[in-house]
Amino acid sequence: MSFLEISLKLSEGFLYTLLIFGVTLICALPLGLLICFGSRSRIKIVSMITRAFVWVIRGTPLMLQIIFFDLGPGLVSKSLGIDFAIRSEWQHLTMVCVAFTINYACYFSEIYRGGIQSVPAGQYEAASVLGLTKSQTFFKVVFLQVVKRIIAPMSNEIITLVKDTALASVVIRLDLFTVAQNIVNKEVILWPIFYAGVFYLLFNGLLTILLGKLEKKLDYFKV
Amino acid sequence: MAFFEVSNITKSFDKTEVLKGIDFTLEKGSVLSIIGSSGSGKTTLLRCLNFLETPNTGTIKINGEVIFDAASLKSYSENDLRNCKLHFGLVFQSFNLFPQYTALENITLAPLMRLKAEKLSKEEKKQKKEEIQKKALELLDKVGLTEKADFYPCTLSGGQQQRVAIARALALSPDILCFDEPTSALDPELTGEVLKVIKDLKNTDCTMIVVTHEMEFAKNVSDKVIFMANGIIEECGTPEDVFDNPKSSITKAFLRKSEELF
Ligand SMILES: Nc1ncnc2c1ncn2[C@@H]1O[C@H](COP(=O)(O)OP(=O)(O)OP(=O)(O)O)[C@@H](O)[C@H]1O
Ligand SMILES: [Mg+2]
Repeated sequence: MSFLEISLKLSEGFLYTLLIFGVTLICALPLGLLICFGSRSRIKIVSMITRAFVWVIRGTPLMLQIIFFDLGPGLVSKSLGIDFAIRSEWQHLTMVCVAFTINYACYFSEIYRGGIQSVPAGQYEAASVLGLTKSQTFFKVVFLQVVKRIIAPMSNEIITLVKDTALASVVIRLDLFTVAQNIVNKEVILWPIFYAGVFYLLFNGLLTILLGKLEKKLDYFKV
Repeated sequence: MAFFEVSNITKSFDKTEVLKGIDFTLEKGSVLSIIGSSGSGKTTLLRCLNFLETPNTGTIKINGEVIFDAASLKSYSENDLRNCKLHFGLVFQSFNLFPQYTALENITLAPLMRLKAEKLSKEEKKQKKEEIQKKALELLDKVGLTEKADFYPCTLSGGQQQRVAIARALALSPDILCFDEPTSALDPELTGEVLKVIKDLKNTDCTMIVVTHEMEFAKNVSDKVIFMANGIIEECGTPEDVFDNPKSSITKAFLRKSEELF
């Protein structure tokens, strides 16, 4: 394979990596907030179940969770006498995204929780005295302050997510890392794997710049 | 009949009884100063009046109408309690401005949110919005900060922040405006500007309750002074009564101590 061919193949793999990354981020950001509300719920049973769930997800390897979501439907449906096994590459990809989303939503929820807890009580009290409702208080007063506080830890997680997409290779053959590995095995050359590293590195560089810009944008106020 | 009447407010946290039955009345447009040593329950009383804490017992009347009765607490919906709150404004010791909003936006936020909940036509809403903006600018003018309308809290001095906080509290036109040590987080040279704003408000017929350690202010500005000790009103009367002819020995001791300090 020529350098150009390898470049094209890796670029194609990168698109799938980007897909996993994008879907996970878009789904996990709001889901994380939901989980965060769940873990802060005043209904004991809700908060207990949510916290236990977060504990399990954060306490087990992501790779294991990917395998679980990929093989789970097949195993469960088989024992019920039907066939729901994950077969096509797109189905595998979907389950990978599900696993990533759930995993990252749990990490995000903890970041949100820390961010919400660090908003001083005085902000809630001022909102309460002014007669704002709970949802007005959250969205109009607290939310942006939380965003500002969590942007740094969130950036770390997002950059980790880019690298973690390589774990998808346990069940799919489309993503950048797997494509690079396959080339290495087939052509018996090592450099394509480092070439793939450059893709990750450049993309993370771009993200760092974008997230830095967002952070700058919120510099107009102090919390 | 007094404009504002508080009877038998009590409040306990776990087993500690912090307020042990507070009764007082206040005339419309008058200023009440509450003094007392640390831990006597002054902040707790203001927080009860603003429903940041729920009193265990007691009633609150405005214009003869019972707006809150702890005995029927269970029958109040969240909305009812929010409406109770609107009779009162509170200015905090630590300002608590919303950092992501400009001075002007801090003032207009709550009125705009209330407007949202109202069922009005687009035209009417637009007109009301303009009124809210106009009123906010007037309030900023009142506290002498017209030129700071578009400044964020982090770019304002403590005294300026506190004046914005006063304007914010006034934006909802509360019947009674409460202050919890409004100047004690400020450098001494900044307390004057805030106290002056409060003094000016007195001339505009604003009914106010001010918890303060500024004895001069309590003496000169208020119509009525309450001295609190250990969760009760130990002494209550005109500034002359309380400062010049205190009856209780606890009051006497407190005043002697505060004179030594200043
Ligand atoms: N949330 C709470 N939980 C338990 N105890 C509380 C709580 N809030 C206040 N207290 C207690 O109530 C008492 C009165 O407190 P409060 O803040 O009302 O006093 P204060 O008169 O405002 O004092 P200071 O002049 O220092 O501000 C204190 O002993 C305090 O420890
Ligand atoms: Mg206090």
